[in-house]
Amino acid sequence: MANGFFTDTTLCIGCKACEVACKQWNQLPDDGYHFTGMSYDNTMALGSSTWRHVSFIERPAPIGDADTGGLAWLMASDVCKHCARAGCLENCPTGAIIRTEFGSVYVQPDVCNGCGYCVSGCPFGVIDRNHEDGRAWKCTLCYDRQKDGMQPACAKACPTASIQFGEINDLRHRARERVDKLHELGVKEAYLYGEDAASQPGTEGLNAFFLLLDKPEVYNLPPHPEVPTHKGKKSWISAGLAAIGVTALAFASVMLGNSARE
Amino acid sequence: MAECHPVGFRWVMQAKQRGATIIHVDPRFTRTSAVADMHVPIRAGSDIAFLGALISYVIQNERYFKDYVLSYTNAAAIVSEDYQDAEDLDGLFSGWQEGKGQYELGTWSYEGSDAQSRDVHNVPESHAEKAAGFQTAEAKTHATDRTLQHPRCVFQVLKRHFQRYTPEMVEHVCGISQEQFNRMAEFLCRNSGRERTTAFCYAVGWTQHSTGAQFIRSCAILQLLLGNIGRPGGGILALRGHATIQGSTDVPTLYNLLPGYLPMPKAGKDTSLQKYNENYTPRAGWWTEFPKYSISLLKAWYGDAATADNDYCFTHLPRMTGDHSHLTTVVNMADGAVHGYFVMGENTVVGSSNSALQRKALRKLDWLVVRDFSLIETADFWKSSPEHDRGEVRAEEIGTEVFFFPAATHVEKDGSFTQTQRILQWHHTAVEPPGDARSELHFAYHLGKRLKELYADSTDPKDRPMQDLAWDYPTHGPIEEPIAEAVLAEVNGYYTADRKPVGGFTELKSDGSTACGCWIYSGVYANGVNRAANRKRATDPYHYGPDWGFAWPANRRILYNRAAADSDGRPWSERKALIWWDDAKQQWTGHDVPDFPKEKKPDYRASPDSRGIDTISGDDAFLLQPDGKGWLFAPTGLQDGPLPTHYEPVESVIENPLYRQQCNPVRLEYPRADNKMARPYSDPRFPYIITTYRLTEQHTSGAMSRWLSWLAELQPEMFCEISPELAQERRLQNGDWAVVSTARGEIETRVLVTARMRPIKLGRRVFHQIGMPYHWGNRGLVTGDSANELIAFSADPNVSIQESKALTGDIRPGRRDRHTPVSLQVENAPGERLRDLPAAQQRPIGKHHIVAPESKQGDQT
Repeated sequence: MANGFFTDTTLCIGCKACEVACKQWNQLPDDGYHFTGMSYDNTMALGSSTWRHVSFIERPAPIGDADTGGLAWLMASDVCKHCARAGCLENCPTGAIIRTEFGSVYVQPDVCNGCGYCVSGCPFGVIDRNHEDGRAWKCTLCYDRQKDGMQPACAKACPTASIQFGEINDLRHRARERVDKLHELGVKEAYLYGEDAASQPGTEGLNAFFLLLDKPEVYNLPPHPEVPTHKGKKSWISAGLAAIGVTALAFASVMLGNSARE
Repeated sequence: MAECHPVGFRWVMQAKQRGATIIHVDPRFTRTSAVADMHVPIRAGSDIAFLGALISYVIQNERYFKDYVLSYTNAAAIVSEDYQDAEDLDGLFSGWQEGKGQYELGTWSYEGSDAQSRDVHNVPESHAEKAAGFQTAEAKTHATDRTLQHPRCVFQVLKRHFQRYTPEMVEHVCGISQEQFNRMAEFLCRNSGRERTTAFCYAVGWTQHSTGAQFIRSCAILQLLLGNIGRPGGGILALRGHATIQGSTDVPTLYNLLPGYLPMPKAGKDTSLQKYNENYTPRAGWWTEFPKYSISLLKAWYGDAATADNDYCFTHLPRMTGDHSHLTTVVNMADGAVHGYFVMGENTVVGSSNSALQRKALRKLDWLVVRDFSLIETADFWKSSPEHDRGEVRAEEIGTEVFFFPAATHVEKDGSFTQTQRILQWHHTAVEPPGDARSELHFAYHLGKRLKELYADSTDPKDRPMQDLAWDYPTHGPIEEPIAEAVLAEVNGYYTADRKPVGGFTELKSDGSTACGCWIYSGVYANGVNRAANRKRATDPYHYGPDWGFAWPANRRILYNRAAADSDGRPWSERKALIWWDDAKQQWTGHDVPDFPKEKKPDYRASPDSRGIDTISGDDAFLLQPDGKGWLFAPTGLQDGPLPTHYEPVESVIENPLYRQQCNPVRLEYPRADNKMARPYSDPRFPYIITTYRLTEQHTSGAMSRWLSWLAELQPEMFCEISPELAQERRLQNGDWAVVSTARGEIETRVLVTARMRPIKLGRRVFHQIGMPYHWGNRGLVTGDSANELIAFSADPNVSIQESKALTGDIRPGRRDRHTPVSLQVENAPGERLRDLPAAQQRPIGKHHIVAPESKQGDQT
């Protein structure tokens, strides 16, 4: 069994209740008080003290055939994806990052030694080290709340059901129905991002997947995320080929060099 | 709505998922526009032109709901021969008194009514008073024409009044393309009628204008024509600025009302209980019950001391001597006429208009009490302000004694919230308040107790009100917190003999045998059960959820729901059935509690001899109106005209394209040196439209959000929103600083350049808008200049609400001058007349002709 999030960005109204609920429940500090000038986004990205982050994208094209003056304001609440194959977990040398009984990827703060390998292992740039204590932090999928049978704070606080929490297979089913419904309503651009291994082999599917209205890059999401270890075989093969190539080249140059001298 | 009411907006999103269409009308593209099917950008302040054109569209294309209009509105009533429309008098109605700056209301009446018997000089303060302005003849026997053809019938008057409000005019006045307007109007018509209904939601974007009350009137007319009132999925929903703003008008914090919309007695007019009751009891409609409510209220407040012999202590009630609304009070305070001030749950220096004038007023006080969560700007005005920075005032020269009381939050106390659907919802103490923080209830109760002790031994008759006041609420716990449910029990009402709760307001009596703190809330504590605490989710297929909280009156979820059935008592359609007449049981029944006398037959007709509730006929769906009808034309109740008329904001970028009269002729203005105004239109110093608003991330004046890191970081600095076109015109860079100025002064803000702000095209002219949230002040985790530094004291005459949604100003790159005294900053050509509207200039401050004491500083330059 795995629990996760289905974030339906077509229902997001950008209220940031998820960001606030997350920070309050997890008692996270602020990110500083800086006006960014980037639409209504002043926290900018996921990080060690921001585990839910709402992006605001002003796009000069409407959603579907909405009569909104040729403008759309896309909002999306981003979060750790709790990948089925998690780069951070696979990179962690201390065993601090584990897969929980809820299928989520959890950093045990008392084990983490702050090496930071996980940071480079995440294809989404989610996990981040706190500069004060050096340790790595990210969304826990509210492990503590789930232990008590409660849903994560962000999903609980979301007023419009943009963030839906549940069993991942149920969520997939719901999400596919929603996409069909949106297509029916003329929102042809709606699609799911990372809902299973087939659609996103590089992560083998996300336990927190999304319904998007534009290319992933627009939402600051990678179009083809791949965890480093997934690239392993390919990397070894190309490294092997490279080695053979270099050897061949060296051999050839020696041989050819010799023959040239002759 | 998504911006300011995200939690309420969940229902809109659910409706959208079920196929509802969302249309958003707003000068800016906001979070609501982001999920809307249509965004209609409108020039701030031009809403009557827009709504008037919708009204005209509905009439001209005969798209109104004919049977509904005939049955439930005053469309057929014939208006007095003496009435002249704004169309005839170039923006004024008949009855205009040039010297007084206000209307005599006599000509705005129905033909056949005895207009002379009305107090034409008195402008009603409340619903009851409005109803009482109607005499029998008007209420029931005035002339009508049910063919709606008579040239003076309300329907024809309305048609003529709005005939020039065309789609072309909308394009020219509001900046909305004809094509988009027509599409929206057509949708609205198609989505109304027997089978379908449309709801309007509004908030302070409609109310904070010098014509705000008439904005709402326009919408009411439109919804009545379309048959969208009193029916499921219809209505006009006022979204409030905070939790329980609805509650604070029901059990009011307003100076001119007593609980349950009873008018506050007026000095010289309401000299005895008998006179008071006579003055406000009409001859027809539900308000004929008035004395039962007024006497029960006096019994609740004065207890055993209130007897028939002493007029139930009526003489103890304060009397209104003039306009005591917020703006007028602050002006009087600035002139030294107000000595003490309680500011509870407000941060007036940031949240109310003209911050500099607000601070000036506070500096003149002897004492000030502020109750809030944090040491807000209003409590700190003596120590830090822009005036301090510029060296204009010094802390040691301010004589005001400030008392700051830490307040308990809503999770630290019991009490109720009343929301926009009139549902009372109880909240329970989750944690005890920290330290010295206390609830309002605790503060008010213990202050009252101490005052009573102080006056206990007095023999001075003027101290009797304090001595007679019933002030006996039980308390609990170590801090002696009053038990909130005991207050709710009093609000509900009880029999004075045994203090048993009454079941509802129909049980109230005018003989002193019942007491009731607020008649409209009666029933909330029936049988001693706190129904506001009911928490049963709606299980019925209609989602009215009668056991979730308690909706006043009498737990009716949809007001005036008699209109959901036709005149014979049958639902207009099966799809929209709500209540109907059950012939077998001989009573009204349905999915909601009928907002109508339960056993009154649809075909019952009142006779001229009828009295009391018998004056309500079986088809008088709007039973609180003296004639039982929804008013397309309002013969009484408004100071600025029986029909909404487009006037420009007091500061506008254009001359009124529709009438010679530029602004609302009856508007409240405060012409003073410390409240400078721009020219009424085309002031070359202030070429841009400014509008103000809230953001989801912060709460009003910021007192609840700027001190909280999780909210403060989300919108950390004061900023303005401008279009790329304006940025180019004024060489402003995204993220940089800018100075925004109006006739009142200057503030500095960050700049957010966004395509969501659009230049408004009016004909060939293009106007730019500057959008400004108003949450910041100089204290808290995040600070910034307050938008309210820029906003003038000027207001709607009906409700004294300030005009802060449409004004004019300028913007330039850079930071504001922090050091030069203002007197040296402002360029003011000597002898220049800033305003050229004599009608408003001569208008006295306040609606009761009370002029503020002379002020040397306040003289107009």
